[in-house]
Amino acid sequence: MAVAVALQKKVAMTGNEAVAQAMRQIEPDVVAAYPITPATDIVQYFSNFVANGQVKTEFVTTESEHSAMSACVGASAAGVRAMTATASNGLALMWEVLYIASGMRLPLVMTVVNRALSSPINIHCDHSDSMGARDAGWIQIYSENTQEAYDNVIQAIRIAQHPKVLLPVMVMLDGFIISHAMENLEILEDGDVKEFIGEYRPERYLLDADHPITIGALDLNDYYFEHKRQQVEGLLQARKVILEVAGDYQRVSGRSYGLFEAYRMEDAEAAIVVMSSTAGTVRTVVDAMRKEGHRIGLIKPRVFRPFPARDLAEVLRGVKAVAVMDRSESMSTAGGPLFTELRSAIYELEPRPLAADYIFGLGGRDIYPEDVCGIFQRLLAAKPGDICSDPMVTYLGVRE
Amino acid sequence: MTSKAKSKERPGWKDLPSGGFILEPGNATKYLTGDWRLMRPVWDAERCIDCLLCWLFCPDGAVLAEGGKIIGFDYDYCKGCGICAKECPPKVDAIKMIREDEALEEPLSA
Repeated sequence: MAVAVALQKKVAMTGNEAVAQAMRQIEPDVVAAYPITPATDIVQYFSNFVANGQVKTEFVTTESEHSAMSACVGASAAGVRAMTATASNGLALMWEVLYIASGMRLPLVMTVVNRALSSPINIHCDHSDSMGARDAGWIQIYSENTQEAYDNVIQAIRIAQHPKVLLPVMVMLDGFIISHAMENLEILEDGDVKEFIGEYRPERYLLDADHPITIGALDLNDYYFEHKRQQVEGLLQARKVILEVAGDYQRVSGRSYGLFEAYRMEDAEAAIVVMSSTAGTVRTVVDAMRKEGHRIGLIKPRVFRPFPARDLAEVLRGVKAVAVMDRSESMSTAGGPLFTELRSAIYELEPRPLAADYIFGLGGRDIYPEDVCGIFQRLLAAKPGDICSDPMVTYLGVRE
Repeated sequence: MTSKAKSKERPGWKDLPSGGFILEPGNATKYLTGDWRLMRPVWDAERCIDCLLCWLFCPDGAVLAEGGKIIGFDYDYCKGCGICAKECPPKVDAIKMIREDEALEEPLSA
């Protein structure tokens, strides 16, 4: 890891507090929010910063998440930086406005603290909320821990506002597991964050009285398709921009980020692909089983949208068997969202690795190193040439 | 004919402003709403008494008047609602509504 060029403070914070600190340092022009467990702390801490005069942000308390996202859309269209945070059903209530934000190419940044969707009502972690929003045209970045949540929120500002991207960004962290757990992390000096994100100068915005424009006009069968194609281009360009921003961020912070983390994959014959906090558990198991001589590794996708299909396939080339751990159920009966996309990504590999899906942790169900160990043992037992797994989808930790 | 060939006279996705933004103010004038018209008003200058009721009531400003006198219709924007014909005093009856498909042979009067 490169030596950090900027002075950093080592602090102990919860995930939510770290995100709120990042927002304080970013100092967006508008924050519009509605509280929901487990994301409430983020805007609660932030409202303190507003009340204490630590930021000049216009803080809008709305009557619902639908209104919170709408207010952010309005602010962003007017030409300023806008941010919010939500979770679970709050994100679900934002639904139609998510598509409006991405379709209008508004560079909002939102933190989503992953929580199960009702019903049955549950406040604990799984990825059903943000996975449901995976096709909304937002960039999605998942964080393993408090440090990553902090770093991702700051980088998200630069990614969203890049002229080749101009798309809203969602930054995820696991509800309670990360949002409410106290961890050590390093935070940058306020000035370094301000310098990193730069001044926000949108090329086109509603309050530019010298260049009046129309936003949100009717767009029928003669133009809508072209605008959707443009949106895809923003996501295609985002791959490179995310890596560029990560490079710049590493120069300031000393911490390195990519589209995903490949851990001990060099000579791996079996791999687990898993996002967010569970990657920490899997990493521990990889280290332990490597000591026993097993050639295994971990891939932790950080960026789920755009989905880095080719990059993931490249790192899985030569792997005999791969298990995907999905912390959400797509209800397709053909595997979770990460599994179906990952398996499609490795379709062209020769030889094609065996792929199995493990749905786990729904509604905050704990996962143990022994569970992960069991997955690796099954992968290692796969015979060369096996491409079908039976069962294709396993519900890990569910009572029979 | 492919769908691509059919729409090639319009700009492609690389040439359009992003986000569906429209950068040119006042461009609604370029959209000729008159092509929605099913019924066409036809003006009889002989019968017209220049009371200007049609000009006053037209919701689209598509009745053309000059120096206090009616001179005809702006068919680029007339949607054929027929308010002009309705408001024309019955004794005058200077505006008739005819079907566009039947009127295609006749030249537009303005």
